[in-house]
Amino acid sequence: MNLIVFALLALLAITAVAIAKLRELWAVIMFTGIYSFLSASWMMILDAPDVAFTEAAVGAGISTVLMLSTMALTGKAEEIPRKKSLVPLFVVLVTGATLVYGTLDMPHFGSPNAPVQVYPDPSFVERSEADMHGLPNVVTALLASYRGYDTLGETTVVLTAGIAVLLILRRDDEEKDESAQLAGNKTS
Amino acid sequence: MSAFPIIRIITKLLIPYILLFAFYVQFHGDYGPGGGFQAGVIFASALILYGLVFGLDAIKKVAPPIVIEKCMALGVLVYAGTGALTMALGGKFLDYNVLEHHVLPQWHVPSGQHLGIFLVELGVGITVTAVMTMIFYAFAGRKQVQ
Repeated sequence: MNLIVFALLALLAITAVAIAKLRELWAVIMFTGIYSFLSASWMMILDAPDVAFTEAAVGAGISTVLMLSTMALTGKAEEIPRKKSLVPLFVVLVTGATLVYGTLDMPHFGSPNAPVQVYPDPSFVERSEADMHGLPNVVTALLASYRGYDTLGETTVVLTAGIAVLLILRRDDEEKDESAQLAGNKTS
Repeated sequence: MSAFPIIRIITKLLIPYILLFAFYVQFHGDYGPGGGFQAGVIFASALILYGLVFGLDAIKKVAPPIVIEKCMALGVLVYAGTGALTMALGGKFLDYNVLEHHVLPQWHVPSGQHLGIFLVELGVGITVTAVMTMIFYAFAGRKQVQ
């Protein structure tokens, strides 16, 4: 098990470096897809299959397609920077060191004393099945029932984001094209 | 990409199973891992895969943008409508306990909390599928601007 964990994390790191190194955008997009699949496998190891579904479908599937279609509209290669600057490297190192320093305080993975296990009333898990008339999935019960308001808000955010993307990207002549096509189909 | 027979046939073979898996994740989400958001993105990725391989016109026949556009709002309406329904039945907003009924108990018709979760997850699933598909349409429908 540990071997798989280390192999996955090493592959994630290698993929991230490859993405940073490559200048050919097509290859970069493929590597981000690979990165997402590796993350999905990592989520499976962390016992979060629902997050893994989402990561595989959105990260590796949909966002890869969206990036490919964006690339078709723009260029295929990233410009090579003319002069090397040390500032970005410095910023990355400092941020990385800060994050690693932050993890030193964190409880070990799966520790029973971790705040996430202790702080929310454990009786939530115990009473959820009776509350939900026998539904065994506590995650769904929390998301859809105990925290139903939050999920309604999230759904509205998804709708709002979708509307925003459509307002920015859609053009009027496209709609005209469509209606012309529909009319053409009807006559043929 | 529809010129490549291997891609075309593999896609045709896979899409039913992807859709079936999306429905499984949607409707079995109360018991196993999953739920509306996961099911929505899996369903949308099946539609997008179809669009990638068979072209934008083919996918627009299967999922007409004008319908998908309405579905974006329909999902939120189903969710909020469930809340309105529970209020109309005398409970609080999104208090599914008032949805308890005794219709065909031997058929395991969802009731009470189960029915409420079923309905709101359905709403989430519809919205997420529609938004993802519409974003794909918005990106794929644009032509290169020089």
